[in-house]
Amino acid sequence: MTVGMALMNEELQNQLSRQGVVLTTVQELYNWGRKNSLWPLQFGLACCAIEMIAASMARFDMARFGAEVFRPSPRQADLMIVSGTVTKKMAPQVVRLYNQMPEPKYVIAMGACAICGGPFRDGYNVLRGIDLYLPVDVYIPGCPPRPEALLDGLIALQKKIAAQRLTGAGRPRHLDANAPGEFPVPEYGAHDLVGPRLPAAEET
Amino acid sequence: MNVKAYIFLAVFAAAALVFALAPLALAWLWARGFSPRKPGAVKNAIYECGLDAQPTGWVQFKSEYYLYGIIFLVFDVETIFLLPFAVACKSLPLGACLAMLIFILLLVEGLAWAWAKGVLDWK
Repeated sequence: MTVGMALMNEELQNQLSRQGVVLTTVQELYNWGRKNSLWPLQFGLACCAIEMIAASMARFDMARFGAEVFRPSPRQADLMIVSGTVTKKMAPQVVRLYNQMPEPKYVIAMGACAICGGPFRDGYNVLRGIDLYLPVDVYIPGCPPRPEALLDGLIALQKKIAAQRLTGAGRPRHLDANAPGEFPVPEYGAHDLVGPRLPAAEET
Repeated sequence: MNVKAYIFLAVFAAAALVFALAPLALAWLWARGFSPRKPGAVKNAIYECGLDAQPTGWVQFKSEYYLYGIIFLVFDVETIFLLPFAVACKSLPLGACLAMLIFILLLVEGLAWAWAKGVLDWK
């Protein structure tokens, strides 16, 4: 019933927009604003960061998608691009920075290292993917991914945001009072990081 | 007095006020109604470079900087007022000249005090 109504509304909207009448809903307006003003946190971990910098500069021009305002403080950022190898020494800092970002916030895991440890996976000091500690929205494969790939990932995130419904069970985390606002920061143990990990991401 | 000529100013001021305050009010209402607050120990921490603050920020530090503050004030304020004073010196009445001289004397007194205290010695 609701799906049918939504389809009908969409059809009606298309017809009206062809006549020069633009209709919108609060949900669409809200998502439109959110997806076109993603402010990334300005930090880089390894070589992927060089590609990220290139993506933000004039040649690839991330500004076309509203995401060129790299903020040097987590208080002003809402997108964390984990660009590069996350060492176990660095992981607590990354998680802490994520926790200090205001809602709504998103995470892009850029490159093989951020996804799973990449070529350094078997290194004693390399974290096998940032998704062990943070909820990743978009994974961008590559070693390193080219700037176009980062832009593609950004557009994928925008599409994900645009498709989110603001009410109901599948609503985004920042609108859910019961969803956690902070994720546990790992601590340095004797041989490895200690502390709870995200239940969904089990290391293989 | 033509009041009508000033009405547009009032309208303009009101429009500017609404233009500035409406988005803030809307954001505040949205946050109140839909977006639950999620404070936390890490989120509310003062230091924001990813590291824990070590040690606490409440430490004692040397207060000797006040000397530099005073010397800076003496020379900076003097420079600011001396140039206009020098330019307008001839046309000033006697009272203004005296007031200015007293003002400069006060600043020079500060310099003399710092000199006597040995602040100007290069150590």
